[in-house]
Amino acid sequence: MKIKFEKKSTKPSKMSIFISSLISVLIALIFLGFIILSLGDDPFEAYWQLVSWAMGTVPGLIQSLVSMMPLLFTSLGVLIAFKMKLWNIGAEGQFQMGAFAATWGALYLFPNIHNPWVMIPLLMILGAAFGAFWGFLPGIMRAYLGVNEILSTLMLNYVAIYWVNYLTYGPWKGAGSYNFPITAKFPQSAILPQYGSGGLNFGIIISIIMAFFVLYLVKYTKFGFHLEIAGDNLRAGEYAGINVKKLIILAMVIGGAISGIGGMAEMSGVLFRLQPNFSPGYGYTAVIIAWLARLDPIATIVVSFFFGALLVGSQQLQLFMQIPSSLINAFNGILLFSLLASEVFMRYRIRVVRS
Amino acid sequence: MSEKILELKNISKSFSNLIANDSVDFDLKKGEIHALLGENGAGKTTLMNILYGIYKPDAGEIFLDGKKIVISSPRDAIENGIGMIQQHFSLVPSFSVVQNVALGLKEMGIIPDLSKIRKKIIELSDRYKISVEPDAKIWQLSAGEQQRVEIIKLLYVKSKIMILDEPTAILTPQEAKGLFETIKEMTANEASVIFISHKLKEVLEISDRVTVLRHGRVIGTVETKETNENDLARMMVGRDVVLKTDKKPSHPSKPILEIENIHVMGDKGIEAVRGVSLEVRGGEILGIAGVEGNGQRELGEAIYGLRNYTGNIFINGSKVRPGNVLERIKNHVAYIPQDRKADALCGGLPVYKNLFMKAFSSPIFSFNPYFFYPEKLKEPSEKVVKEFSIATSSVDQEVKFLSGGNMQKVVLAREIKSHPKLIIAVHPTRGLDVGAEEFVYNVLLAQKEKGTAILLIAGDLYEIFNLSDRVGVLYEGQIIGYSEPDESHIEEIGLMMAGVKK
Repeated sequence: MKIKFEKKSTKPSKMSIFISSLISVLIALIFLGFIILSLGDDPFEAYWQLVSWAMGTVPGLIQSLVSMMPLLFTSLGVLIAFKMKLWNIGAEGQFQMGAFAATWGALYLFPNIHNPWVMIPLLMILGAAFGAFWGFLPGIMRAYLGVNEILSTLMLNYVAIYWVNYLTYGPWKGAGSYNFPITAKFPQSAILPQYGSGGLNFGIIISIIMAFFVLYLVKYTKFGFHLEIAGDNLRAGEYAGINVKKLIILAMVIGGAISGIGGMAEMSGVLFRLQPNFSPGYGYTAVIIAWLARLDPIATIVVSFFFGALLVGSQQLQLFMQIPSSLINAFNGILLFSLLASEVFMRYRIRVVRS
Repeated sequence: MSEKILELKNISKSFSNLIANDSVDFDLKKGEIHALLGENGAGKTTLMNILYGIYKPDAGEIFLDGKKIVISSPRDAIENGIGMIQQHFSLVPSFSVVQNVALGLKEMGIIPDLSKIRKKIIELSDRYKISVEPDAKIWQLSAGEQQRVEIIKLLYVKSKIMILDEPTAILTPQEAKGLFETIKEMTANEASVIFISHKLKEVLEISDRVTVLRHGRVIGTVETKETNENDLARMMVGRDVVLKTDKKPSHPSKPILEIENIHVMGDKGIEAVRGVSLEVRGGEILGIAGVEGNGQRELGEAIYGLRNYTGNIFINGSKVRPGNVLERIKNHVAYIPQDRKADALCGGLPVYKNLFMKAFSSPIFSFNPYFFYPEKLKEPSEKVVKEFSIATSSVDQEVKFLSGGNMQKVVLAREIKSHPKLIIAVHPTRGLDVGAEEFVYNVLLAQKEKGTAILLIAGDLYEIFNLSDRVGVLYEGQIIGYSEPDESHIEEIGLMMAGVKK
């Protein structure tokens, strides 16, 4: 008995992509069940806890939307670079830099601005600028020095995370925080409009608008067309008169800016203060979301919501079943593996042959 | 040379809407060289890929020594004594010749005994007069030498049936001659060879029998002794091909391309172009002849702005900067590179996007960069596909699923449609069949009539004779001399190609 891989001569259909993504999620869920079983808990109860609150109740759905927001921003950020086959996994760092910049602006740069119509756009620009800078660095190193962007973006994540840690443990520790490493609360002018008490805020709307903006950018502009060409064949891009170096930097900068706005929105819309570990690794989950959505900005909204709900559900697991919520990272990992494996099944026909 | 060792019966294979093979019958006798002739996209490579286990046929049977067999992978094929040398070699560049031969072997243990393999390689290369340096790394070898390594690989596993896919496409005439000797040596040693080609001359020279494929169907199988170039050409394209073009006298206008003393670095850090100056006028074709590897590719890339250089290049009277492709495109320069798949096409993108790859750099388009609807490119693309008779199931088809000739047509269509003032064409008909070749010739000659300046860099002298008005010979990065493009000067050009100055 032998197993043969035969390359398919046509590209996979939309339906087969959808089904294989669904199967990947199912496989990851089954694995998750086994892990829960090994912890001595009932997997079916865990599945129920995972979805019943987060997707079955109004406050749960609101919480899911709130968790969706940072995931959506960062997924859109990495998606642009992925279109060009730049493996930007620096959304986490760009997100953190955006949050840092927003805090800096709200608490230290513009303490005298009391008009939210001035303050919010300023913070957004600041967040975008710092996120963009965190994308620009690996971009320029890749374009002119050939430095692998996977390594540089990954390492810059740590720089950003420790920078936030330093500030919150040190100079920015808020007055009256009883020695907890958190900054002071944002002034009212720096807070995005809130709807109700569940955390629903304007940032969610911005993130969805951003998804449509990214759709426009990658599908209906010169920039998007050039991303597609250079992403398929860099040499052909040069041949077609595209400044490929500039395009690499631009893709990283725009992606970084979007993730940076995400960091700002998380500060101004949800947390109102900077603290260490305020992100449970949104920027890394973003890589999986962008893949699962097959780099389609609209699908990214749906998938981000799904992952947001999963995040909320995992907190339920912890609360009611004492299962560590970090188990969701294991789920994410398994999902990424099955997604990558499903690529093989879509591009190759697999046959078993008797020898 | 009598019994059939291989028989293919009723092989059919289609890719989405394209029928590549339509109930093809083919057989091979022991010790013969059977040529498979056809235009690009006629289904030659597909048929052989089926035999080699890369594709699975939709229908049909394969018989080896009269027994029916199923080949579902190249490994099966090799175990059945079938070997294939593909157009793109399957060698590991950083490995030595010995290591590459060892790679495919089944009986290799965890630690292969390379010295044994080395000894056998030397034995084989003596017996078949194939000179290879067993310890050389693949990347150090020329295309011709790499091909010899592939042949050694086949001989090593004692292939009884060898499939050679367009083996001469990358060879110099001398190397091709050496290859033919090797092939004859192999058939004398009981091996049988399937020789895929679209070049009539070499098929007549080397083969015992010829099977002609057209649009996936067998047109006929003939004894080579009983046929000639014209008959084969007619079978291939279904009409008589005028291999001789109708070259009208040219009326050169003002100079479009002027090059002053340019020096260009090659990939390996050695100067590949060493002080070339030339001039091409509107309405004329300047042919650049020369043995490949004398700076042709680097010269073309430098003129098009893909490669840095020192010296001056003027297009239409104005100086252009080194390394700036966009400036060339804006000045109506079209470029048909040697390796179009790697340099000029996006294999993963549909045909229509490839046709409009220069949508934002070519001066003939004025798309809004902020409101760009790629869908709208489909309609004009369909017209271009018709005009250039590009064989594709639709404009949505990804380019990588097209045949080589049709890929070239996509490049050609895009470049010609940009109303060029200067065309740089490097080996524009390499890998093309007679029909497509004629098509390219006619397109280039029509452009010349329109007043376009054309720099034709080609290896095939007949191509240069057929098209150009003047011919310059490139030798070791310098233009060693000019001559008249007709057969009476072939001796002189040949000497210059070998580096002998006039």
